[in-house]
Amino acid sequence: MSLLVLRDIACARGGRMLFEGLNLDLGPGDACLVTGPNGVGKSSLVRVAAGLLDPAAGSVERGCLPALLSESTALDPELPLAAALGFWASLDGGAVAPALAAVGLADLAEVPVRFLSTGQRRRAAIARVLASGSKLWLLDEPANGLDAASVTMLEGLIAAHRAAGGAVLVATHLPVSLPGAVEVAL
Amino acid sequence: MRPFLAIVLREIRRAWSSGGLLLPVAFFLLVAILFPFAVGPDGKLLARIGGGVIWAAALLAALLPVERLIAPDAESGVLDQFAVRGLSDAGVAAAKMAGHWLGFAPALLAATVIAAGLLRLPGETLVQVELGLLIGTPGLAALGVVTAALVSGLRGAGALAGLVMLPFAVPLLIFGAGSVEGTPGALKLLAAFSLLLVAGCPFVAGAAMRMGRS
Repeated sequence: MSLLVLRDIACARGGRMLFEGLNLDLGPGDACLVTGPNGVGKSSLVRVAAGLLDPAAGSVERGCLPALLSESTALDPELPLAAALGFWASLDGGAVAPALAAVGLADLAEVPVRFLSTGQRRRAAIARVLASGSKLWLLDEPANGLDAASVTMLEGLIAAHRAAGGAVLVATHLPVSLPGAVEVAL
Repeated sequence: MRPFLAIVLREIRRAWSSGGLLLPVAFFLLVAILFPFAVGPDGKLLARIGGGVIWAAALLAALLPVERLIAPDAESGVLDQFAVRGLSDAGVAAAKMAGHWLGFAPALLAATVIAAGLLRLPGETLVQVELGLLIGTPGLAALGVVTAALVSGLRGAGALAGLVMLPFAVPLLIFGAGSVEGTPGALKLLAAFSLLLVAGCPFVAGAAMRMGRS
């Protein structure tokens, strides 16, 4: 069973063709690493895969509801971290505490989101993906703002997710190690 | 139904916690206070125009929270997250309308009692005004969310919001103020127009949110 299938995808933004004829098939345990310089369409590809953006041509099929990590955190800044994550966890039916522990933010659960640093916000957003329990992760620049230890933590989380039968699409310009991943260089 | 409820509760919390509620209510009362200064302290005149004054003040107060209804959520990726969870844009907009109404209407209705006192409205007129506001404010809330969705992400969104929203609110104002004077059928027409807004606005706001994404 495929979790994400992209067939002959073309993507145009502002009247400019970014890429054409892209095919991808991700099953359980698979990973795809999308690389390329700025502005080449990495984020657009993630948004197309998430169903937020219609491709100019081709079709997208998803085997389940995806979990999306985009450049924006989508956490209410005035709420304590655990409560802000709890809003999404209650929609997804996931648990907040284990996800926070997994990204090393358990100590900051009661701190309002607006006091968190860039890297901590990034890890909080990763916790949101983790708590969603989705089989399909779509991560747009997940390593942005993370220190070396956090990138290692992220790689570990992705490996565990794949080992549990999940699939992941990672778009990044920073080095993220994904053993056995399909590489798409835009 | 559960996501709908969660979004409604989040909207109410956002309205009350950020102090965003105090501002429209204070503004509403301020407009009601300004009129006696402008037209003079003639009790009879104030009682006659009071109902209309309260309606105009309510309309202006409903404009204030428009900027925080959609734009912050579009910017922070919250709307994207709703969309990837398979929630329909119209459903999200409808939940936001319900939450927005529950957030500001009860406070507005309470403040109307104070405004009525300031304008020396007789008791039976106050009842008419409250009844009209109860029927008309869901339409105002719907209009607010649509306007917020349409102007979200634009520069000078606040000023534009007034230009977009107020013309569509004119029927509410006419029938609302008409019902205060006891014009026959005004209350029913007010209810009809309010219902039309509540029924139609989620789809318009949903389409605007979808356009904003691409």
